[in-house]
Amino acid sequence: MALFSKLFAGLSKTRAQFDDELAEIFARDEIDDDFYDDLEELLILADIGVKATENIIDGLREDAKKLRIKSPNELGSHLALKVKDQMATCEADYEFENRKSVVLVVGVNGVGKTTTIGKLAAKYRADGKKVIVAAADTFRAAAQDQLSVWAERSGAYLITGKDGQDPSSVVYDAVNAARSRDTDICLIDTAGRLNNKKNLMEELKKMNRIIEREYPDAYKETLIVLDGATGQNAVNQAREFKDATDVSGIVITKLDGSAKGGIAIAIQSELSIPVKFVGVGEGVDDLQKFDADTYVRALFYREGADDDAGETEE
Amino acid sequence: MAFESLTDKLQNVFKNLRSKGRLTEADVKASLKEVKMALLEADVNFKVVKQFVKSVEERAVGADVLNGLNPGQMVIKIVNEEMTSLMGSEVTELEFQPGQAKTVIMMCGLQGSGKTTSAAKIAGKLFRKGKKSLLVACDVYRPAAYEQLKINAEKVGADFFGIEGENDVVKIVKAAMDEAVSKNDNVIIIDTAGRLQIDDVLMEELVHIKEAVTVHQTLLVVDAMTGQEAVNVADTFNEKIGIDGVVLSKMDGDARGGAALSVKSVTGKPILFVGMGEKLTDMDQFYPDRMASRILGMGDVLSLIEKAGEQIDEKKEKEMSAKLKKGKFDFEDYLESMNQMKKMGGLASVMSMLPGMGGMLPKGANMADLTDQIDDKKMARTEAIVLSMTKQERQNPDILNPSRKHRIAKGAGVDIAEVNRLIKQFTQAQKMMKQMPQLMGKRGRFKLPF
Repeated sequence: MALFSKLFAGLSKTRAQFDDELAEIFARDEIDDDFYDDLEELLILADIGVKATENIIDGLREDAKKLRIKSPNELGSHLALKVKDQMATCEADYEFENRKSVVLVVGVNGVGKTTTIGKLAAKYRADGKKVIVAAADTFRAAAQDQLSVWAERSGAYLITGKDGQDPSSVVYDAVNAARSRDTDICLIDTAGRLNNKKNLMEELKKMNRIIEREYPDAYKETLIVLDGATGQNAVNQAREFKDATDVSGIVITKLDGSAKGGIAIAIQSELSIPVKFVGVGEGVDDLQKFDADTYVRALFYREGADDDAGETEE
Repeated sequence: MAFESLTDKLQNVFKNLRSKGRLTEADVKASLKEVKMALLEADVNFKVVKQFVKSVEERAVGADVLNGLNPGQMVIKIVNEEMTSLMGSEVTELEFQPGQAKTVIMMCGLQGSGKTTSAAKIAGKLFRKGKKSLLVACDVYRPAAYEQLKINAEKVGADFFGIEGENDVVKIVKAAMDEAVSKNDNVIIIDTAGRLQIDDVLMEELVHIKEAVTVHQTLLVVDAMTGQEAVNVADTFNEKIGIDGVVLSKMDGDARGGAALSVKSVTGKPILFVGMGEKLTDMDQFYPDRMASRILGMGDVLSLIEKAGEQIDEKKEKEMSAKLKKGKFDFEDYLESMNQMKKMGGLASVMSMLPGMGGMLPKGANMADLTDQIDDKKMARTEAIVLSMTKQERQNPDILNPSRKHRIAKGAGVDIAEVNRLIKQFTQAQKMMKQMPQLMGKRGRFKLPF
């Protein structure tokens, strides 16, 4: 349960405030409109979003009616299930780790793309894989330096370009290097771009075309990195990046703050893109694979408290 | 702007209600539910929303509906006014120390909120006003933060100071003060490391900087995309280190920026600047009323009007509209109107500022599709075609024969089919312009003339 405790610790601040209120709501005597209203408020405060929250609440109402549940306490165990209903998972989620793959990492500015790549590189290097990291962010001053520090630390091979150089040419070099060196995983860092900037989104399409053309045999993965403190705009971001580049997975960073990262639920509910990694701290090991059960449990349950999932924190 | 604007939603709510002279409780309740949802979608903090909705309700029930407005619009008007006043009704400027005294500004905020970029942008803004800044690198944790600030300092015409490899920020800022004296800088801007508000050790570091030197302005940088969390962030930063103002970054995205309202209402501190783009000159003054409209999804009409006012030559405008009315609209005018559009930041940017764009789109289409059609790049091609015409051809499109068209296509580097298409569209546009007065009355949708 090491994974769980990390995530648990990461979300502990989240849970501290959350817990009391959640406990209070479910300790009430009856299920009435106030009960649902307060629960709704709590979910929205976690950035779960208006739509997903409505789905969850509606689901609970239905259950309560169908199963004739009278006490909030009894309904408590249904909450986690309803939340999980909103989430997407897929068997082939981590297929790229077992194949020769090219991983394009995209996202808006300042969400932690470069750091995420650094951590992924370290993780795969530790697994004994051959890793290339490519700095296709030729726009932000010193972005390449930042990535080179990470590459050095992990022993990954670094591909860079000059400041202001066409980022696609860096992708070209990286993909060719990956193919000729028979690299296991090629991680490409792209410049942060706001999702409503059309030209920059076109640039991503161009990168995809290059990968497709130069290394057709590679398994292609596109990860969008989202800041855990982002609100409902994250859904927009994911949607528009998905339109441009076929996003196959989400990484949510900075869940070690007090942000609840409820957007993980909002996005999956609306777009069905699976969350694959979550960042719960600054250390290299603090980027973890995402597991819906663990996440929901870490978000909603108190340490040591009994719950229906039958799991308790060690 | 994938959202339906609040204005549109409220129009729907009131479609079935007949306009009354006074807002009834039912009117207000019905519309406030939509207002509440719109605010939540815009990431305004739930608690702030609740309080806000309550105060609007108190003011709105029984209010007279103004002439020319329907109840929905009246509620919006009240909501907008209340929100503007909540956001701080006036534009706040950065305060400087009098005379030759040096002003010290410290930037703080979460990781990735845009501190380093904002610091450089502020320095650039001050440089253009004739003040010289010293940018001080105190982010000793993030790899390459030092280089980023150094490069940006050079780009914006500011001095730079940092001690590579030094981890003691107090030492750095103290040395920076001497540096500022020797380089004769007016303003010292300290860039600090991004930190979580719950990280006590790092928060302490900021307090230490403040103890070591006199900081006149502590600016909290908040990402406009921040969700419900914005309240906690602002509150903790304010409590632990004290902030004087807020910089709202990444406003050029499509986030509504509800964080602004949350931060303002929790800390009471003014928002000084908004970061509007990736270029180091993209830093704007903050206008409370415009932000209010944006959060409500009403489009930034005011900004648009003002921008238009700045850029469009009034006389030319009059000539143009006279021509339009007569349907005498040639390629010269076409070129002129394209140039004006460009001055206003391109068609896509103009469109995004208009309210109710969501309602005008056909079902299933979104803003991205629309801007696709009216891509600024396409405009450039169109412009090339028009520029390849002779003056005579522009003024008198009827003389365009195949041989002329062929020459134009060659000159513009496009296919002749594209020239033909433009001319056809132009003729249609001409016809449409003639009918404009009637069309305008009917609220019809029409294709843009390119």
